[in-house]
Amino acid sequence: MFSRAYRTAITLPPLVWVLVFLLIPYALLFCFSFWSVSPAQSIVHSWTFDNYRELLRVNVYLQTLFRSMWIAARVMLFSLLLGYPLAYYLSFHAGRRKDLFYQLVIIPLWVSYLVRAYAWKTILGSDGVLNTLLQYVHLTQHPLDFLLYSPFAVVLTLTHIYTPFAFLPIYASLEHIPPQLVEASQDLGASPFQTFWRVILPLSIPGVVAGATFSFVLSLGDFLAPLLLGGPSGIMISNIVVSLFGAAYNWPLGAAISFCMMVLVVALLFMSEKLEKKWSFR
Amino acid sequence: MVLINPESASSSPPKLSTQPLLSIRNVAKSFGRNPVLRDISLQVAEGEFLTVLGESGSGKTTLLRIIAGFETADSGEIWMEAQRLDALPPYHRRVNTVFQHYALFPHLTVEENVGYGLKVAKLPKEQSVSRVEQALAMVKMTAYAEFKPGKISGGQQQRVALARALVNRPRLLLLDEPLSALDANLRRQMQVELKSLQREVGIAFVFVTHDQEEAMVMSDRIALLRRGELEQVASPREIYSHPATAYAAQFIGHTNLLTAEVSRGIARCKSLSWPVKLPDGVALFSLRPENIRVAAGNTDSDRIGFRGKVIWQAFHGATELLQIECIDGLLLSMRTASGQNSRGNLLLEFSPEDAIPVRKSQEAEKGL
Repeated sequence: MFSRAYRTAITLPPLVWVLVFLLIPYALLFCFSFWSVSPAQSIVHSWTFDNYRELLRVNVYLQTLFRSMWIAARVMLFSLLLGYPLAYYLSFHAGRRKDLFYQLVIIPLWVSYLVRAYAWKTILGSDGVLNTLLQYVHLTQHPLDFLLYSPFAVVLTLTHIYTPFAFLPIYASLEHIPPQLVEASQDLGASPFQTFWRVILPLSIPGVVAGATFSFVLSLGDFLAPLLLGGPSGIMISNIVVSLFGAAYNWPLGAAISFCMMVLVVALLFMSEKLEKKWSFR
Repeated sequence: MVLINPESASSSPPKLSTQPLLSIRNVAKSFGRNPVLRDISLQVAEGEFLTVLGESGSGKTTLLRIIAGFETADSGEIWMEAQRLDALPPYHRRVNTVFQHYALFPHLTVEENVGYGLKVAKLPKEQSVSRVEQALAMVKMTAYAEFKPGKISGGQQQRVALARALVNRPRLLLLDEPLSALDANLRRQMQVELKSLQREVGIAFVFVTHDQEEAMVMSDRIALLRRGELEQVASPREIYSHPATAYAAQFIGHTNLLTAEVSRGIARCKSLSWPVKLPDGVALFSLRPENIRVAAGNTDSDRIGFRGKVIWQAFHGATELLQIECIDGLLLSMRTASGQNSRGNLLLEFSPEDAIPVRKSQEAEKGL
C-alpha cells in the first residue's frame, strides 16, 4: 500500500484547487446574495432576503431568465439536429475519411470564441456579407435588419459555437456501439431505418443527453454572443449579472441571480446524469 | 422440447440427393492484396448440419459473413434454391446468424431480443407473443424473459441468441463459433443440446469452428478449410478414415505421415514396406496411431510387422499414446488401451489398407 506521505502529497493539490477555485468563491457568492448595498455604495454585511424578493418582484429578471432558457433550448435543439447526423455519418459511413472529418469538426474549437462571434457580426450586419449578397442578387432591396442584433443572431452564433460540444459525446457513444449489434439487427430482418430507430438511437441516448446538456448549459450562461450580436432584444441573464457586478454596482443582487442560476444548472446536470445512467447498459 | 418448424422436423439424417438448399459457386474474396477465399464451391442440403472447420485465418468466418450478407464476394454466386442470394441485402435473406459473442441488444429484455425479428417483420402481436414463448421454452429460458442480457450468464446468452435466430424460422442458420466463449464442461453439454435441437427443428445449420473435436461430434458433414481453400468435404467418419490430404489427416485427429517410394506395387518408407495399388513414384500415406498394434504372435501374412522401441508415452485416460522409434530411426506414434504396460522393445504390426494414400497439401507440412 501507499505511504501516508505519498497519499497526502497526491490528495493535496486537488483539495487546494477545489477549495481556492470552487468552495471559497461559491461561499462568498452565497454570502453576498444575502447582503445589501447602502445608498453610499458600500456593501452592508447584514443578512437579508431582499435580493431574492427583488429578483421575483422585478419582471425583467425572470423575463430575461426565461428568454435565456428559450435561446438555450433552441441552441440545444439545433446543435443536436446538426451534431447527430454529423456524428452518425462519421461513425458509420465516413470510412477512411473519418479522421479527417473529425479533425475538421474539432479545428473550430481552436479558434478564439471572440473571433468566431465577430465573424458572424461581419456576415450578418447591414453592410455584412449576407445582406450585400442578397441585395446583389436582387432578392432583397434593403438590408434585412433582423439578422443582426436579435435573438436570431444569438441562436445562430451559439449553435455554431456549441455544435461541436453536442457532436463529441454523440460521436463517442456511437463509436461505442459494437458493429455486431448493427449486423445482428440487419440479420434479423431490420431495414437500415429500423436498425437506426430500434438499436442505434436507443444506444446513443447517453451521448445525446450529454450533448444536450453541454449545449444548453453552456449557452444558458453565455454573455459574449448576446453582448456582441444580441442587441436590446437579445439580452441574456448573464448580461444582467455582468452589469450588476459592473456599472450598476449591485453585487448582492448579481450574486443572488448567479446563485439561482447555479442551482438551476446543478439540477440540470443531476437530471442529465440520471438519464445517462438509465440509458447505459455497460 | 417444442417443435419450431414441424413440417420439416425429422429425426433421420438429411438426404443429400435432392436439390441443395444452399449452393456456393466459385466464391472468391480478398482483403486488399490478401486472398481470403479462393474459388470455394460448397452445397448445403435441407436439414443438414454442415461444419466449416479451419484454423484462425482460414477464411471460415469470412465465408459465413458472405452467406449472411455482411461481406460481398469478389466473384462467384450464392444461391438458395432458385433464388440468387448474394444480390440481396442481409435483411432480405432468409438466413439468421448466431454471432460469436451473441450480439444481444443490451437495451432490450431477453423476450424483446427474441421478438426483435418478428417485430421488425410486423407480425401480429398475438402470433409473435406465442412464438417468442415457444422459442424461449425451447431453449429453457422462459424464467428469464424479463431479464436484460447483462444480467444473465454466457451460456444463457448463448441460448437466447439461438432462440432469437430460430424464432424467425430461417431456411438456414449460421453459427459463428458460438460455443468458443463457454468453458469446457458447458461447451460439451451445449454441443449435445445444439445437435439435438438442430435435429428437432430440421433447419440446416452452417456451423463455423476451429475445434476439430466439436466438428466431429456435431456435424453431418465437415468442410475443412485451409488458407481460403477447401481441403476436403465429407462426413466426420469419412474424413477421419479416408483423409484426402496430409493436412486433413493431421488436423482431424492424430496421424503418422509416411513419405514412401512406390515401385511395382510396393511402397517403401525406410525399413517398412507394404503392398499398394498406386503407380510408381513418391507417395504420402497417413497411418493412424490406433492402427498400429502390438503383434499378436500368430504371424498373419496380411499384416506388416516391424520392431520398435517405446521412447516416450503419454497417458490420455482410456488410451495411451506411445512414441515408437524403429530400428532405422523412423519415429511413429501408436495408441494402445491404457494399462497394457507396453515398454521396451516391441514387435508391432499394421494392415496395409490402413495406410491411406493422401494428397500433399500445397505448402510444406508441419511435423513432416
